[in-house]
Amino acid sequence: MTSTVAPPPPAPASAPSQSPSLSETFRDYVDRVRGGDVGSLPAVLGLLVLTAVFSLLRPEAFTNAFNFSNLIHQSAAVIVIAMGLVFVLLLGEIDLSAGYTGGTSAAVMGIVVTNRGLPWWLALLAALVTGAFIGFCIGTLVSRLGIPSFVVTLAAFLGLQGVMLKLIGEGGTIAIRDDVLLAVNNDDLPIWMGWLLFVLVVGGYAAHSLRRAQGRRADGLQSEAMAVVVAKVLLLAVLLGAATAYLSTERSRNPAVTSLKGVPIVVVVLIALLLGLTFLLTRTAFGRHVYAVGGNAEAARRAGINVARIRLSCFIMCSTMAAVGGLMLASRDNSISPTTGGAETLLYAVGAAVIGGTSLFGGKGRIVDAILGGLVIGVIINGMRLLNQPSSVVYMVTGAVLLVAASVDAISRRRAMATGRV
Amino acid sequence: MTLPSTSGPARTTAGEAPLLSLRGVNKSFGAVQVLTGVDFDARAGEVTALVGDNGAGKSTLIKGIAGIYGFDSGDYLFEGKPVSVHHPKQANALGIEVVYQDLALCDNLDIVHNLFLGREITKGGRLDEAAMERRATETLAGLSVRTVKSIRQQVASLSGGQRQTVAIARSVIWNSKLVVLDEPTAALGVAQTEQVLKLVRRLADNGLAVVLISHNLNDVFQVADSISVLYLGQMATQVAVKDVDRGQVVELITTGRGAGVGLDAAPGTATPSTPLTSTEAS
Repeated sequence: MTSTVAPPPPAPASAPSQSPSLSETFRDYVDRVRGGDVGSLPAVLGLLVLTAVFSLLRPEAFTNAFNFSNLIHQSAAVIVIAMGLVFVLLLGEIDLSAGYTGGTSAAVMGIVVTNRGLPWWLALLAALVTGAFIGFCIGTLVSRLGIPSFVVTLAAFLGLQGVMLKLIGEGGTIAIRDDVLLAVNNDDLPIWMGWLLFVLVVGGYAAHSLRRAQGRRADGLQSEAMAVVVAKVLLLAVLLGAATAYLSTERSRNPAVTSLKGVPIVVVVLIALLLGLTFLLTRTAFGRHVYAVGGNAEAARRAGINVARIRLSCFIMCSTMAAVGGLMLASRDNSISPTTGGAETLLYAVGAAVIGGTSLFGGKGRIVDAILGGLVIGVIINGMRLLNQPSSVVYMVTGAVLLVAASVDAISRRRAMATGRV
Repeated sequence: MTLPSTSGPARTTAGEAPLLSLRGVNKSFGAVQVLTGVDFDARAGEVTALVGDNGAGKSTLIKGIAGIYGFDSGDYLFEGKPVSVHHPKQANALGIEVVYQDLALCDNLDIVHNLFLGREITKGGRLDEAAMERRATETLAGLSVRTVKSIRQQVASLSGGQRQTVAIARSVIWNSKLVVLDEPTAALGVAQTEQVLKLVRRLADNGLAVVLISHNLNDVFQVADSISVLYLGQMATQVAVKDVDRGQVVELITTGRGAGVGLDAAPGTATPSTPLTSTEAS
């Protein structure tokens, strides 16, 4: 432990002073978990347990680099939609239509790029605008008319299904042949770019943490101890380094025909979204207001926050992210069909956010929850298929996991209320 | 006429013109006349208690002061100048802040976040957490608040008294001049009430005008410099605390008269040593 040589106690209230040591930080964390602030702990534990179980049951099929990259591709859409859902869940609202919003936006994209033959970026833009427009309609109905979001988005869930059928044609599909759009959720980065990404992410995180800690210390504010910062950076470096190295190995079943190696391109998209949206939620006044409205809408209103506008923006955000999720689905399937974004997509996404630690009661959640929870969901689906379980079992297990996650949320919330940590 | 300077130089401001003066204010909702010709003064450096039975018009009066709605007629003078206050933002711009009974804090945010809610300090589009934390620390230190462990703890984990402290700190962080506190001790235990009352006194000693609404006469007599009694929408009296005793105030609250200063008292019969009763004459 580098810090704390215990200077004399500082003047009360004026100087919160020196940083807590590594062991103090750890003890604080244990206290928080005990007090009901479990954060992402269930997701991380779940991920470890599930990986261990499937690795034991299907050592050769589950534990290989091919399946690992496959897992990332499969989870990408759910993760992205869940990232959008975090915004509405933070308000204590729900968007049941996010799945079909993604499907509808993807259908628009398909029409633009395949049927009209326009460039990919125009198609992508059209998809995003479609998503934003759907979000605008939902958000307006919820925030201006005050219809419960459950009802509005249930209506949108049904309505958009119809819109999709209309766009695609009964029973038809729209194929995606554009290389860029296909690459998004199919192709990999060259090996060197994978490692460059690794260096950028770990280096960026380290630089950010150090600068933050130093800045706060210079301002005389309490900061993280150097030991804690170093430990976090090392942990991240080890985890990401291992993942990058694993993905950089040859994973093609027949390397002579096609070579499959490198970090999937979709990882770059996920990291960019994670950083951008986390910045928005935690470092801007807008993000602060989202949490405030989710925590106590009346307090937010009295503080001069335009609650209706915050609600509207969150629904627009959610639907726009759903459109990105639709792109992931279409890219993965090479086509858009009436089931794109349908069936269980939305429930998986809600499950991902909740498993990751975002509360269904509002006011609590982070973007990274979507990634952790999405991976848990992804591992379950992937592992169950490798176990050759029928769909019936997969559905039942996934449903049970979602229930467990919601129970953890509710129980930890009760505990948090008892210990005053909400 | 000045009040005896028992607690420092702040109270000597009592001789100056009031920071806030209402003259002959009326307010009715439909056919119901809630306030009738109310005069009210609040002076910098003083705690002015506003008491009255349920339905006497206390809430209506402070909502009018806060600009939640405008008064129907009468003069609203701030720092001696007539002003028009018909919206909370206008009141805030003048330096008037109201701490409502339900504290309007966000449980899921920490103390700093709550103090700056809706008025965050940003730098280049980013929240300037360091600046906010510094200013929050200064403000709490200025109020001699030592009860909170860390200003980065969530408001949910605070006790009732601490929450009240945060709510009051939020009302002064923007250098406000007049703070209206609506029943700040209503839900608190003995020790916490003590804490909050000390804080209220400190606000006044720091030079703010404080309007304290309370049903608890113990609180009123402990911290207030003057007492305004509303009775059925009329200002029964506004007197210095030292000129009345508890029994008289109770009588004023329940009947609107007593101590020779009530509604039916002839102008001039009020105790001459009372600086504020001169307003009764009008």
